[in-house]
Amino acid sequence: MHTVVELQGVHKRFGSNTVLRGVSFQVARGEVVAIIGKSGSGKSTALRCINRLEQIDAGQISVCGHALHAAGLDLRGLRRDVGIVFQGYNLFPHLTVLQNITLGPTAVKRMPVGQAQTLAQQVLARVGLADKAEAYPEQLSGGQQQRVAIARSLALQPQLMLFDEVTSALDPELTGEVLKVMEQMASEGMTMILVTHEMAFARRVADQVIFMHQGQVWEQGGPEILDAPVTPELRSFVGTGL
Amino acid sequence: MSEEQLLSLLQGAWGTVLLSGLTLLLGGIAGLALALARVSALPPLRRLAAAWIQLIQGTPLLVLMGVCFYGPALAGVGTVEALPAAATAMLIYASAFLGEIWRGCIQSVHKSQWEAAECIGLSRWQRMRMIVLPQALRMATPPTVGFAVQVIKNTSVASLVIGFAELSYNAKVLNNSTFQPFLYFGSAALLYFAMCYPLSRWSRALERKLHAHRR
Amino acid sequence: MHYEFDFASVAAHWPLLLQGAWTTVQLSFLATLLGFVLGAACAVARGSRYGWLRAAVSGYVELIRNTPLLIQCYFLIFGLSSVGVTMPIMAGATLALVINIGAYSCEIVRAGLESIHHGQLEAASCLGLSPAQVFWHVVLLPAVERVWPALTSQFVLMMLASSILSSVGAEELLGVANRVQSDTFRNFEVFLLLWAAYLALACLMRAGFWLLGQLVFTRRRKLGTPL
Repeated sequence: MHTVVELQGVHKRFGSNTVLRGVSFQVARGEVVAIIGKSGSGKSTALRCINRLEQIDAGQISVCGHALHAAGLDLRGLRRDVGIVFQGYNLFPHLTVLQNITLGPTAVKRMPVGQAQTLAQQVLARVGLADKAEAYPEQLSGGQQQRVAIARSLALQPQLMLFDEVTSALDPELTGEVLKVMEQMASEGMTMILVTHEMAFARRVADQVIFMHQGQVWEQGGPEILDAPVTPELRSFVGTGL
Repeated sequence: MSEEQLLSLLQGAWGTVLLSGLTLLLGGIAGLALALARVSALPPLRRLAAAWIQLIQGTPLLVLMGVCFYGPALAGVGTVEALPAAATAMLIYASAFLGEIWRGCIQSVHKSQWEAAECIGLSRWQRMRMIVLPQALRMATPPTVGFAVQVIKNTSVASLVIGFAELSYNAKVLNNSTFQPFLYFGSAALLYFAMCYPLSRWSRALERKLHAHRR
Repeated sequence: MHYEFDFASVAAHWPLLLQGAWTTVQLSFLATLLGFVLGAACAVARGSRYGWLRAAVSGYVELIRNTPLLIQCYFLIFGLSSVGVTMPIMAGATLALVINIGAYSCEIVRAGLESIHHGQLEAASCLGLSPAQVFWHVVLLPAVERVWPALTSQFVLMMLASSILSSVGAEELLGVANRVQSDTFRNFEVFLLLWAAYLALACLMRAGFWLLGQLVFTRRRKLGTPL
């Protein structure tokens, strides 16, 4: 399957507030897509619709072969195929790092504990935190916690990874370590969609950049649109560096 | 239920209200003293108050009532009246719990208030009286109203060892002669509910208002 | 002061008093366990999407919390026997306590459940966990850990309140002590002894819950910080 994600004419309302007005885009396998825009442009909402954290009101979404708009959706199957990392990390505070990572495989994939722990150690090594397996989240820095969150999603071996402003809550000196991990994942061929404010990162790593404005895909293309924006809205957005 | 039986229940309810009121008034005064002792500048006083509160909070009310009812015999007192004995036991019990609640409220008044008051030259007692206590008391209203509900329910214990004629006692007496437990205990429950539920609701409303204000 | 203390005649009944204390311990243990399970179930039901279930639990909790334990005991035990249901006294007493503890635990556990950040639930469900799995792994244990001090206090209070069950004939500590009183006529000494006994039981109970908390909540044991 070449197209991993496809949105067509997606509309989403919260009460009387229409947040998404006919959003359409595609993501191919192995592609890295950066979604940028001002707060309130609908970018996080669009991302959250992709793994069904939000339900759409109109339109169609296909993700990894699952049709989200259809009845009879296998939600747990979808969640196994799509990993998500949140701005607030959302690690489970009462579990160690290792337990945070093994919870998914043991509970959802019914993996034996020993096998899950080996897998967990492997993903921890991939994000550079092999020595932190027995630590609790509160003992780690923000950057370390976010890397554990990435590892936790990777342990389920998803086809697609979503990143919802994952560096926005971090101190500047800690964002580097997280971005490094994400860049490595991209080079290993992971299909990634990131909502981000890190323009330099998007320029360097993204294959496709989608600029959202007022709930619509306002402008999209390769990373070069950041240097040569066509629409005045994107021009002022990139200009202010917000 | 005949008219005089209903009257007996209502008289019991009056006994409950009377004992509750005495408890809250006297226990309140003693509780305030205990709370102030708990935050006093003198370590021995603080420790004594803390120990006393721990002691009372670890005692069943029924045992306290027994001690207050049979204790006066030590001083050679012949007969002990029900209401004074019950009221004494309950005021001791209430003062310990109210003292803890109010101490918590005094201590949660932000330290900056104390410091600001000290900077304008107020003495410790003036600081307490004019700045800290008013704020503490406002914070204390929801849990105090909530505790009033506990007091009303706990007056029922006075029906046991002491045999004070409040609502539970009268209901039990009526049941003893008529063997209609659902009717009499059910009616008693309704009367208690009518007294307690409005206070519970009020306490929760106060709590919400307090937090809304502080947000 | 012309009162002569006579603890000896009271102390002579120590096997009986010990038996009463043991009954109190057993009663409290069973009622606390069952009451907690009932309370936790009600706390979950409070968040249900069925309006009737939420209303039923609310009604139960408000009724129990706004009426005295004594009346609940009388209602249950005398009420049941009046419709011909004969239950052993200890079973009736335990039932009354369980119903009472359930209502108070429900409120406490509910507060714990609501303290779990929404983001945790999202993260867990995005890992593919079913709602039941999310509840078990991510919600229940941290929620109970947060409210463990409040639960401990409530359970200790219930153990002290179990003394009221003597009024329906339960042979727990106070009930047994009443018999000693009628034998020896040393009422004051008996009550002083009871005071000491309940204080000791309260201390033991607090220590027991603290120990249990240390065993179950590994993170707290290792790090020492609140959740």
